Amino acid sequence: MTTAEVPLHRVLGLTDEELDAIREKLSREPNALELAMFSVMWSEHCSYKSSRPLLKTLPTKGKDVVAGVGEQAGVIAIGDGLAVAFKIESHNHPSAVEPYQGAATGVGGILRDVFAMGARPIAVLDALRFGDPADPRTRHLVDGVVRGVGGYGNCVGVPTVGGELVFDPSYQGNPLVNVMAIGLLEDGMLTRASADGPGNLVVLYGSATGRDGIGGASVLASATFGDQDPSKRPSVQVGDPFAEKLLIEATLELIARQLVVSIQDLGAAGITCATCETADRGGTGMLVDLDAIPRREPGLEPFEVMISESQERMVAIVEPAQWEAVREVCNRWELPVAVIGRVTVEPDVVVLTTPDGSGALDAEGRPVAGAVELARIPAPALASEAIVFNRESRAPARRRPAPAPGSPAEAVDALPVRGQDPGAVLTALLGSPNLSSRRPVFEQYDHNVQANTVAGPGRGAAVLRVKGTTKALVATTDGNASVSKIDPWLGAALSVAEAARNVSITGARPLGVTNCLNYGDPTRPEAFWALAEGVRGLADACVALGLPVTGGNVSLYNEAPGSAIAPTPEIGIVGLLDDVSTRVGPAFRADGNAVVLVGQPGGGLAGSEYARLAGAAVEDGPPTLDLELEARLQTFIREAIARGLVESCQDVSGGGLAVALAEMCIWGGRGAQLRLRVGDSPAVGLFGESPSRLVCEVVPRHVPAFGLLALHHGIHTEALGSTGGPRLVIELAGEGATGAAEERGSRIADALEAVVDDLRHAWEHGLPRALGWEGDDDPDGAALPGLEVAG
Amino acid sequence: MTARVGIVLFPGSNRDIDAVNALRVAGAEPVVLWHESVDLEGVSAILIPGGFAYGDYLRAGVIARFSPVMRAVAAFAEAGGPVLGICNGFQVLAEAKLVPGALLRNRGLRFVCREVALLPEHLDTPFTRELGVRRPLRMPVAHGEGCYYADDATLDALEREGGVLWRYANPDGSVAGPDDPGNPNGSLRGIAGVRNAAGNVAGLMPHPETAVEAILGSDDGLGIIRSLVVSAAEYAATGAVSGTTTRALAGGAA
Repeated sequence: MTTAEVPLHRVLGLTDEELDAIREKLSREPNALELAMFSVMWSEHCSYKSSRPLLKTLPTKGKDVVAGVGEQAGVIAIGDGLAVAFKIESHNHPSAVEPYQGAATGVGGILRDVFAMGARPIAVLDALRFGDPADPRTRHLVDGVVRGVGGYGNCVGVPTVGGELVFDPSYQGNPLVNVMAIGLLEDGMLTRASADGPGNLVVLYGSATGRDGIGGASVLASATFGDQDPSKRPSVQVGDPFAEKLLIEATLELIARQLVVSIQDLGAAGITCATCETADRGGTGMLVDLDAIPRREPGLEPFEVMISESQERMVAIVEPAQWEAVREVCNRWELPVAVIGRVTVEPDVVVLTTPDGSGALDAEGRPVAGAVELARIPAPALASEAIVFNRESRAPARRRPAPAPGSPAEAVDALPVRGQDPGAVLTALLGSPNLSSRRPVFEQYDHNVQANTVAGPGRGAAVLRVKGTTKALVATTDGNASVSKIDPWLGAALSVAEAARNVSITGARPLGVTNCLNYGDPTRPEAFWALAEGVRGLADACVALGLPVTGGNVSLYNEAPGSAIAPTPEIGIVGLLDDVSTRVGPAFRADGNAVVLVGQPGGGLAGSEYARLAGAAVEDGPPTLDLELEARLQTFIREAIARGLVESCQDVSGGGLAVALAEMCIWGGRGAQLRLRVGDSPAVGLFGESPSRLVCEVVPRHVPAFGLLALHHGIHTEALGSTGGPRLVIELAGEGATGAAEERGSRIADALEAVVDDLRHAWEHGLPRALGWEGDDDPDGAALPGLEVAG
Repeated sequence: MTARVGIVLFPGSNRDIDAVNALRVAGAEPVVLWHESVDLEGVSAILIPGGFAYGDYLRAGVIARFSPVMRAVAAFAEAGGPVLGICNGFQVLAEAKLVPGALLRNRGLRFVCREVALLPEHLDTPFTRELGVRRPLRMPVAHGEGCYYADDATLDALEREGGVLWRYANPDGSVAGPDDPGNPNGSLRGIAGVRNAAGNVAGLMPHPETAVEAILGSDDGLGIIRSLVVSAAEYAATGAVSGTTTRALAGGAA
C-alpha cells in the first residue's frame, strides 16, 4: 500500500497539512485504515472542502421545500399529498477512464440518491460534454457513454427524458457526464439518512462488496488526469442495473411498510461514507462489524471493505424488532442482507473485527471477547467537520472587461467560411454538432417507460404527467459554458435563466434548482476564481427568479494535460404544471397564426454558436443579462399560457432567433413569412444569443390581448409575421439591413430564405455526420409526417 | 363484470407499470402475478410485460422461461386462455416456444426507442378484435433485441395460416421490409408481432400499453389492450375465445 519513499498519507492523496489536521482531530497518530477512511471522506468529492464556503451563499429556502441541501436529494411538495425529489451529479472522471461503466454507474448512483429518500424514480436527464466529434477518442467516449446511460436506465425502467450533448475543444481530455434523476414521493414516504436511536441495527443490503471502485472518490474524482493512466481503471465501479431494479423495489417496500428508521445509499467512499454521514446527522456513533459485511471475493483487506465503491448497495437503520421483516423483504427481492453494526450513543465510528472473522458483535450488539478495534474516528470529523480550505482566488489577467452597452460588435457579422447567404448560415448552424437533432442519441434511451412521458427528449423541457392528478412535472438541464469561459458569473446566471425559461415556456412554474458545478483545479487561483464567480452567478440568478437551490454536486479538477475545461455550471430545474392539458410546446401548430417576438436583443456574438462557426473573436461582446427583466418575462409567459393566449413558444438560445424560428418550423412541419428589424449587425439580430427573448405563435384574434398583457408586465413585443408556406422567410429591415450593412462591409444579404424541408434535412443529418454514424441507421427512418401531437 | 387480467412480474420487469395503467384505462382489473408463484389467481387473460426479466444478461427471456409462473402460463395457454407478451414478454414467449420465431439483436446493434407505425394484419383475432378498421397504429418501440427472425418455411407457413398479426409500416403505409425506414430493427418481412397456431397466444415488440392516452402522444394502442380485455371476459364467461382453435379443457389452468 505504500512505497519506500512516499509516506502513506500522500499515496492516499492526503496533503501534509491534512495529515496534521487529522492528528489534531484524533489527538493521536492515525493508523493505516483510519488514514484510508479520512482520505476518501476528506476528498474534494465527499467533503466539498474547497467549495463549502462558497456554497453557503446559495439561497436554499422555499415554502414548499421539504428537504434540501445536505440531504441525499432535494424534495419539494407539489400538492395532492405528493412531492418531487431531484438531484444532479457528475460522473466525469470515471467516464473518461471507462465510458460505459462510468456513465452507467453515474445513472445508478443518482437514482439511489432519489429512491433512498423514499421516491420512485420517474425520469433521468443526462448532460454530456465532449471534445471534437471528429476525433476517434471522442467518438469512442460518446459511443460508450451513450450506451452506458441507455444500458443502465433502460434496464432499471426509468425513462431518460432529456439532457444535453455539447461539443467543445475544452472537453477533449476531460469529458463531462452529469446525470439528473427525478423521483415522485407519496405522503409518508419521506425518509432521511439519519442514524437515530442508539441500539438500532445497521443493516447493509444489496450487492456484495468487492474490490471495484477502491478510492474512486479520492483517486478519480479529486485529481487531474495524467496523460495515459490505465492504473486508474480499477478505480471505476461496475454497474448492475438488474440489481438496482431489485434495490429500488425492495427499498420502496421497506419504506412503505415503515420497516426502517432511515436509509442511505452507498456511493463514493462506500461503507465509510454511509456510516459516518448517517451517524453524524443523527448525532450518534456506530460499531461496525467488518466480519459481517457480505463479500464478493475472499482476501479483501479491511481498508478495501471500508472504502470499496461496489455499486447497488444501501444502508438502513432498523429497529431490532423489525429485522426479521426487513430480512424477508430483501430475501424476496433476492438481495443479500446483513446486520453489520449498531447505532451507539458515543459519536464515534468504530470498526471491529475478530482474528477468525467469526463476527465482532454479539446478538445484543456488544463487542465479543477478543474483538479487535481497527479504527475509531469521531463521526463529525469525517463528515460535517471535515477539513475546509479557503482557497486563493484571482481573476485571470487576460480577462477583458465587457464592452460598454451599445458599443458595436466589430467584424463579427462577416462569415469568412460559410459565405454570404444567411439561409446558408442558418442551414450550417442547424447541421452543426451542437445544434443538430439529438435523435440518434436519445433514440438509444427508453424515454417513455412508466407511461408518463408527455414530452420526451429533443424539444426543450421534458413533460411528465403525474398519474392520478391533472398535474405534470417539467424538467430541463442547461449549462452555458461558452459564456462562462468569458465571464463565469454571467455564464452561471445565464444557465439558471435559460433552464428556468425552458420550464416557464411550457406554462409550468419552476420549483427549485439542483446544480452540478464542473470546474478546474481549485488550488489554481484562476480556476478557483471561476468557481467563486460561478457560484455568485448561480446565487444571484436564483434570488432574482425566486428559486431555492435544493442540492447538487461539485466536480473539480476537471483538467487534462494542457487544457482545463470551460467552466461548466450545469443547472437542473424541475417545474410544476397544474393542468397538463394547458401545456404549450415549441412546434408551430397552424398556418395563418401570428409570430410574435417577445423581448429585445442585446449584446454581441461572443460565446455564440455563430461565433463558433464563423470563428469570430470570442472575447468581444457577450450577451447581456438583466435578471429582473428575465423574471418579469417568465412571469408574463406563464400568465399568457395560463390564459390560453399562446399556441406554441420557443426561447431564443443556441443559434439565436433564426435557429429558434427554424426549429419551430421544422417541428411544426410548416414555414413562416416574417420581417425582422435588425440593428447595426444583421448577424446579431439573426444569430445573437442574448437571453430573455421568446418566439410565440398566437392566434390572430388573441394578438391584442397578448400584447396588452406584455405591456402590463413591461415586456416588449414585436409582430414578425405569420406562419404558413413551405419556406422560412425573414426579410431584414431597419438600419442594419441591405445598403447600410453593405457599406460596413457586411456580407449578409437583406433576407433569409430557406425551404423548411432543407432545414430539416440539415438538422437531422448533422449529428450522425459529425460522429461518423451516418449509414449506421437511416436518420429519416422514423420521420413519419404528422406524428407529433401538439399541445 | 370486470375482466381480471394477470400481469406476470419477473424481477427486472419494468413495463408492468405501463401494463397496469393500460388495463385500468381499458376497464379491466390488473392482477400482478409473482414469478415464483404457480397460482394464477383466477385471471382470465395474461399479459407478460416488457422489461429486462432477470436482467437479460445472457439473452432476452432465456432465464424467465424457466420460472415457476411460466409453467402455469403454459398450462393456461394450453387450455385456450388468451396470453399476450409485449416486448420482453414476447421474447419470453418465443424462448418458451409458445409463439414461433426468435428475436435477434436489432440490425443497427443499438437499443432503439422511437414511435413506429404498426399495421394490423387481421381484425378477427383475440388481440385485434376491437381495432375496428385496418389502419396504421402509432406506438413506441423500446428494445435492443427485437429483430424478428424465423426460417423461410416457418415464415411462409405463418403468413399462410394467418399467424402474422402486425407488421411495421412505412410512412406511405406500405409494409416496412428489413431495410425500410419504418422498420426499427430489421425484422424479416416487417413482422412486429405473431401468434401461435391455435391463435390464443400472441407476442409483439411495440408497446400498445404505453400508447393508451392521447396525452402520451397516441392512444392507438388501446384497441389492442381492449381486445385482450374483451377476450378475457369471453374466456371467463365461456371457457373459450372466438377466433382461436384451441379446445377448451375443463379446469384448464393449473
